Amino acid sequence: FSLYVILHSSTTTGSASPVPNSYESVEGGGYSGTSLQASLRHLHPYSQPFPSLSELSSALGGLGGVSELEAETLRPVNLLQERNILPPKHAPPPEPNLSNDLRKVNCSPDTFRCTLTNIPQTQALLNKARLPLGLLLHPFRDLTQLPVITSNTIVRCRSCRTYINPFVSFLDQRRWKCNLCYRVNDVPDEFMYNPVTRSYGEPHKRPEVQNSTVEFIASSDYMLRPPQPAVYLFVLDVSHNAVESGYLNVFCQSLLDNLEKLPGDTRTRIGFVTFDSTVHFYNLQEGLSQPQMLLVSDIDDVFIPTHDNLLVNLKESKELVKDLLNALPGMFTHTRETQSALGPALQAAYKLMCPTGGRVSVFQTQLPTLGAGLLQSREDPNLRSSTKNVQHLGPATDFYKKLALDCSGQQIGVDLFLLSSQYSDLASLACVSKYSAGSVFYYPSFHHVHNTAQSQKFQKDLQRYLTRKIGFEAVMRIRCTKGLSIHTFHGNFFVRSTDLLSLANVNPDSGFAVQMSIEESLADTSLACFQAALLYTSSKGKRRIRVHTLCLPVVSQLSEVFAGADIQAITCLLANMAIDRSISSSLSDARDALVNAVVDCLTAYRANGSNIQPSGLITPAALRLFPLYVLALLKQKALRTGTSTRLDERVFSMCELKSQPLLQIMRMAHPDLYRIDNMTEQAALHLNDSVIPQPPLLQLTAEKLTREGAFLMDCGSVMFLWVGKCCNETFIRDVLGYPNYASLPSNMTEIPELQTMYSERTRAFISWLLESRTFHPAFHVIKDDTSAKTSFFQHLVEDRTESAFSYYEFLLHIQQQMSK
Amino acid sequence: MRLFQSRDLQLSQQSSVWIIPHERKMAFTFAAFCYMLALLLTAALIFFAIWHIIAFDELKTDYKNPIDQCNTLNPLVLPEYLIHVFFCVMFLCATEWLTLGLNMPLLAYHIWRYMSRPVMSGPGLYDPTTIMNADILAYCQKEGWCKLAFYLLSFFYYLYGMIYVLVSS
Repeated sequence: FSLYVILHSSTTTGSASPVPNSYESVEGGGYSGTSLQASLRHLHPYSQPFPSLSELSSALGGLGGVSELEAETLRPVNLLQERNILPPKHAPPPEPNLSNDLRKVNCSPDTFRCTLTNIPQTQALLNKARLPLGLLLHPFRDLTQLPVITSNTIVRCRSCRTYINPFVSFLDQRRWKCNLCYRVNDVPDEFMYNPVTRSYGEPHKRPEVQNSTVEFIASSDYMLRPPQPAVYLFVLDVSHNAVESGYLNVFCQSLLDNLEKLPGDTRTRIGFVTFDSTVHFYNLQEGLSQPQMLLVSDIDDVFIPTHDNLLVNLKESKELVKDLLNALPGMFTHTRETQSALGPALQAAYKLMCPTGGRVSVFQTQLPTLGAGLLQSREDPNLRSSTKNVQHLGPATDFYKKLALDCSGQQIGVDLFLLSSQYSDLASLACVSKYSAGSVFYYPSFHHVHNTAQSQKFQKDLQRYLTRKIGFEAVMRIRCTKGLSIHTFHGNFFVRSTDLLSLANVNPDSGFAVQMSIEESLADTSLACFQAALLYTSSKGKRRIRVHTLCLPVVSQLSEVFAGADIQAITCLLANMAIDRSISSSLSDARDALVNAVVDCLTAYRANGSNIQPSGLITPAALRLFPLYVLALLKQKALRTGTSTRLDERVFSMCELKSQPLLQIMRMAHPDLYRIDNMTEQAALHLNDSVIPQPPLLQLTAEKLTREGAFLMDCGSVMFLWVGKCCNETFIRDVLGYPNYASLPSNMTEIPELQTMYSERTRAFISWLLESRTFHPAFHVIKDDTSAKTSFFQHLVEDRTESAFSYYEFLLHIQQQMSK
Repeated sequence: MRLFQSRDLQLSQQSSVWIIPHERKMAFTFAAFCYMLALLLTAALIFFAIWHIIAFDELKTDYKNPIDQCNTLNPLVLPEYLIHVFFCVMFLCATEWLTLGLNMPLLAYHIWRYMSRPVMSGPGLYDPTTIMNADILAYCQKEGWCKLAFYLLSFFYYLYGMIYVLVSS
């Protein structure tokens, strides 16, 4: 009980109260409050948590029958007065208002998240709320616990083909009612037997009905052809530019280290194609003394020189493959070829992979200048900081898109690694990955000597890329309750029909988003369900189906819709929509649409809610971070104007926003800022004998920075450690390993492993941050007086820049738009 | 109602040769010929519009996949537009201003639609990667129905126009 007292006292002085002067105590660390929603969940529903909350409930009594959790999310917040709206720890995603049994089996929010956890009953109600309705999915995420069902029959609804899930209703022991189309189906006999408890007659205890994330082993009905083996083809640029940058050494070394760990079985095949102004193939037949290179110089009509032995069995030809990887960097050191025939090389790769399908990894270091698919340099460097429309965000030619569609048809996924220092028209090149369900990686200004940070990042990314789980020849279908329909899909795949997505390869690091609309009224149902089913071939040649099911309540009141809004999901969906709009219409339209989204939503809240104060900018507590997140999106590389942004970096930022999972997008858009030179053990986590300090999250403004401190900013793919000029020398000595500030080098990219307690604590904290991540971020230590500090300061979204609003100015702008 | 003027008839009775004034003969054949040709070509355009409607319906009901469907639809787009341009030019030559005026909006719409098509190396309007987007699919279906209605009305209008021109000469 005393623990609750501590929680109460810290939270009452924390973010619950709207009085600003209590926040000055937050600065300086040692703050241990958890978010209010988490604390409410732990409390007994009938206890009286705070005197203020019960007063609030009675004040909001007009809402009638609203739960305490809802009263908290609907608490009106005046954004113009509350200066510190960021909770000190990440708020957990909102929990849907379901009964406890349903809540326990509901899909994890890391896998499946909806923008509105209370689904409105009708399209009219959704329009009144002015919030987008959509789902954010991460279906192939690495899971620690996954129930795998090996059953002869997979029970599915007869009409809509939904897989049986925890939210169906059993009418009696022998019949079940589908929760998506309401059809009554029979329970097959095999299903009546429960293999886990060895009992008969309890179909609702079976693992398919007890877990919302399951994996089925698919029978041959689910196969169009025998499951394919894992086939990997590496297409490498070996022009002069490429050899200069030195990526070939890093790649070959990385692949040699991870050759054993490539996902696959005894049938795994591997091949290599290199290209400059001609295309080169490598004969790796088992029994040859060394690899044989075959050159095809007719790039207008590329043909495959021999039928076999270009894609060889990895186990049998392992020695030859290793010889090739050892020799490859040396083979091209004296090359004088500056042209790049990427298009013909991709056509050759397509022809090679046609019979089986698989994964093609393309490494390119410059603009393709020869053969089919050649591209022109379209970027005008003088227009990089233009405030008007940004041109050339779409592809210049449809060669890569058509190639991607052909590859998708043959189950070939193409991943692109762009390692160039000059403009390479990523807008056109990225199409080859977008529609064949591949991923795009970009390392601007890559050089193995001059840019060690990028080089290290490339190496670490390759390690993850080569060893991560992969699924081949996959399709995904998303089904919803009758009345809801999906109208737009976002992500890297090809939309094969109205709800079927064709993914040549599926990997654990891509996220998808869909937008939904309400076609018919959901008045006669109290629960809306969504099911995502991913049918794929594992790297070991087994056909599997991964099914995720999410259940959410349906509501009829506008206030409940606002109470259940998931602001992070809304931000990500709006980012996807803005990027589509900026490519199809223009960047300024997209930016205006984002601002209008906030204005419309807040106007709708003001018009329909019980407004207490007519002045000020009132939002419900659930949406209090909405203007901040939208401002952060407007300052992202993808959508910003007025600041010099290279076109390739902008396009890459757009690709990331459309294909990364939700948590990564939130870190990119609104990075986490912590002060780490004075972390204490207060409220630290104790895991596995190590103490992990939990410093509070700081708002992204220079106000929170101080010269005497050191701050860590976590931006997802990159981390910055900013060291102030007067930072205490103990920190610099014990954690960074240098005697004083002046001796810190300007290009430090990692924290040394020192044996001091300070260093251990800092490293424990940073490793804890990296734990949940699959790709390790690049790390930069930045001193206050170097030119590199602009890359740190551009992420401080609440501050004013010469071309963008500060947070307060943005709020005033919104208020002004609302009063029009 | 008499079909011919009595003066002509008298002339013929005198000379026993049926003489029709030269310039009236040219106006009679060319405008009516235009309308007849337009009638036949509008039948072809109606056929294209119905093909479009069926094609989008097949896409919506997942009967066909978008790549194949776009490969069949894209080659039909330019012929349809060129046929329409052809009879606009014909009506210009036949100085049928009212008919030309009624076809101008459709011509402008065709030009705008073709200018704002997605980046494509071949002719056509439909991109398999975006066509399954429900907004675009709904727009194309509506366009198909509207065009069908317009071409049907034009068919009857040209029929009326042809008879009118034949009669009023």
